[in-house]
Amino acid sequence: MAYRANILISSEAPGADAVQAAFLSKVQDLQLEDEVQVLATTALMGAATQGIEALVYPEGTRYVNLTPADAATIVEEHLYKGRPVQRLAYVEPKVTPLPPPNTKEVRVVLGNVGKINPFDIEDYIAEDGYMALAKVLTEMTPDQVVEEMKKSGLRGRGGAGFPAYMKWTLARNSPNKPKFLICNGDEGDPGAFMNRSVLEGDPHSVIEGMAIAAYVVGAEQGYFYVRAEYPIAIRTLRVAIEQAREYGFLGQNIFGSGFNFDLEIRMGAGAFVCGEETALMRSIEGKRGMPSTRPPFPAASGLWGKPSNINNVETYANTAKILLKGGEWFSSVGTEKSKGTKTFAIAGKVKRTGLIEVPLGLTLREVVYDVGGGILNDKKFKAVQTGGPMGGCIPEQFLDMPVDYESLASVGSIMGSGGFVIMDEDTCMVDIARFFMDFVQDESCGKCVPCRVGTRRMLEILNDICEGRGQPGDIERLEELGKSIMRGSLCGLGQGAPNPVLSTIKYFRHEYEAHIYEKKCPAKVCRALIEYKVNPETCIGCTRCARNCPVNAISGKPKEAHYIDPSICIRCGICSQVCPVNAISVE
Amino acid sequence: MSVAINEVSTEVALAPEHQVVLDEILNANKDRPGATMLVLTLVQERLGFVSPAMQTYIAKTLNVPLSHIYGVLTFYSSFRMSPIGRHKISICLGTACYVRGGPTLIDKFQQVLNVKMGETTPDNRFTLEICRCVGACSQAPVVMVDDDIIGQVKPQDVAKSLRKYE
Ligand SMILES: Cc1cc2nc3c(=O)[nH]c(=O)nc-3n(C[C@H](O)[C@H](O)[C@H](O)COP(=O)(O)O)c2cc1C
Ligand code: FES
Repeated sequence: MAYRANILISSEAPGADAVQAAFLSKVQDLQLEDEVQVLATTALMGAATQGIEALVYPEGTRYVNLTPADAATIVEEHLYKGRPVQRLAYVEPKVTPLPPPNTKEVRVVLGNVGKINPFDIEDYIAEDGYMALAKVLTEMTPDQVVEEMKKSGLRGRGGAGFPAYMKWTLARNSPNKPKFLICNGDEGDPGAFMNRSVLEGDPHSVIEGMAIAAYVVGAEQGYFYVRAEYPIAIRTLRVAIEQAREYGFLGQNIFGSGFNFDLEIRMGAGAFVCGEETALMRSIEGKRGMPSTRPPFPAASGLWGKPSNINNVETYANTAKILLKGGEWFSSVGTEKSKGTKTFAIAGKVKRTGLIEVPLGLTLREVVYDVGGGILNDKKFKAVQTGGPMGGCIPEQFLDMPVDYESLASVGSIMGSGGFVIMDEDTCMVDIARFFMDFVQDESCGKCVPCRVGTRRMLEILNDICEGRGQPGDIERLEELGKSIMRGSLCGLGQGAPNPVLSTIKYFRHEYEAHIYEKKCPAKVCRALIEYKVNPETCIGCTRCARNCPVNAISGKPKEAHYIDPSICIRCGICSQVCPVNAISVE
Repeated sequence: MSVAINEVSTEVALAPEHQVVLDEILNANKDRPGATMLVLTLVQERLGFVSPAMQTYIAKTLNVPLSHIYGVLTFYSSFRMSPIGRHKISICLGTACYVRGGPTLIDKFQQVLNVKMGETTPDNRFTLEICRCVGACSQAPVVMVDDDIIGQVKPQDVAKSLRKYE
């Protein structure tokens, strides 16, 4: 590593770009460009972030609540004069593990994230990095590794929850050669960002896990498939792979064991279906990402028709820890069938959004209220959406259900990759169903008819309902269509696509009925069914609404009550957001 | 197929500065398995688009039919065939952003820039797009300008947030 010091800035907090710019310009002012590297990353994020944060390495000083002026001070004092700025530092300026933001959290996969410098392999090694690989290659047979993985009970973290050891064994026993190993970093579920944080914050844990899996399977070449929307993750991985090669953890004859393994990165290009394993392999092959029927499963015939093992980022990230600490250690938390911890992305209408890692089996209520801090503005909880576009919406009555693969499936949803989007009373469930249907019909690759035509037809019906043209019988038509699409589709996309619609019909049928029979949107979201009005009594004539209206539908003189012209109004709701006196109501 | 390639290639010549980049990427990757996708993603990353002239050049060098290149480009949504404005604005419409006001931002951006989604402003300064989740859901609603992520965007701050992009 050529740089003397690295500054990592949490890139997502509002205003972070200004702070980053301030760091950069001060570094340039003091002519430190060749010694100090300024990097933006999302890996510092978590439920416990305090404003804009920066970590300065090699010391590991954590600075919080930064302004651009603070940034200049830090460069001048800490990096130029070598004096950490106590005033801005968090607790104590030395490498300390971040306290878990919530007592319910247990960090395994995220253990190193935000704590080590992802651009310096030495940091990872200092946390026992690559020890598991050394142990596996020098002391264990592939069968012993499989045995340990079996004890751990680790199941795939990318969706279906298939036991990792079983998949590895299938690929291992496949007679054909060569074999390939693939890491699925496509993370296409909108509302999920767990894999991203791991790739950006602790890339070596994934590389090490892949090398171990490759040893079991007998693969010499591995591929990372990462979506193009994650440029920082891709840059981080490029550096990490290069360093792992330099240190001999990738390449020929690793640890003198005669085992060879190397990795390449392949980028996605904005096709959701490429998260599906067979489509992903076509994409790596350089083709259109069309899925194919299984069997044959990748373990028998995958990439270029050769036996291949594909796992999610998080599945691999757990592997090294399991082999170092033992399968029993891993399985000591979790439920009977769902072992270990899992990362979840908590987003939507909760007070604390962010990334968490908790033992499987926590209840939804604990996730929403204890970890998420409850609903934003203390509104009423309506549902939690899990599993992305192929998942479902879980209503309040199941809040005390444990979060594990089987329980989620039993109420018509799925674990998926672990994105939880929380919805409150202001979310319209019909609109959400329409949103997901729009997504999947857009992303359907078009290969099979039920998915291509069926999702389109369902979307048309949902659009009609949301726009006030719903008819009696629409709900039944949606249910019937949904069931046949699930039965007839070729891949998991079509098989799961109707899920958001079916689950919202199941639990929120009354909302559909209100749209169809009363032409009303109870949550006041569907634009064709609502109207914005100014209350002339309350309006103080500040003109703010009129200035912010995107279509100039609001008229009125300063200091006089304003008026919204319903024929021009597009019901975007900006006026009610900007009104200082709550004079605008929705009906 | 070779006829079609020649026909297209005479239409618009490949800019020399683009050819330099293409040659660099092609030389490093053309013999790798699955080179098509790899080369196209790298070109998209470096140049921001893959023009018809570039497609022809890539097809020739990789010795694959132009239709294959075109097929791949049209399957994936993040490839572009023509250059975009100096800055790309992507409004996130992933689930988290959708429930926290993403759709409202679309209206606002269209008003502020006076273009529709997918279009570029006449001064070539901004191109407006929708994207699906950039993995910053905890900051919803999110707008990405080039590689910058702007979180918790409020409609009234839109105009101000764009000032620094020339
Ligand atoms: C439409 C569709 C999209 C998928 N997207 C992803 C994804 O983004 N990331 C992922 O790891 N798995 C995704 N999967 C699941 C993969 O096909 C596969 O099951 C998974 O990568 C296996 O890894 P695991 O056993 O470690 O979970 C998707 C499946 C389908 C049907
Ligand atoms: S949903 Fe917008 S960033 Fe994830």
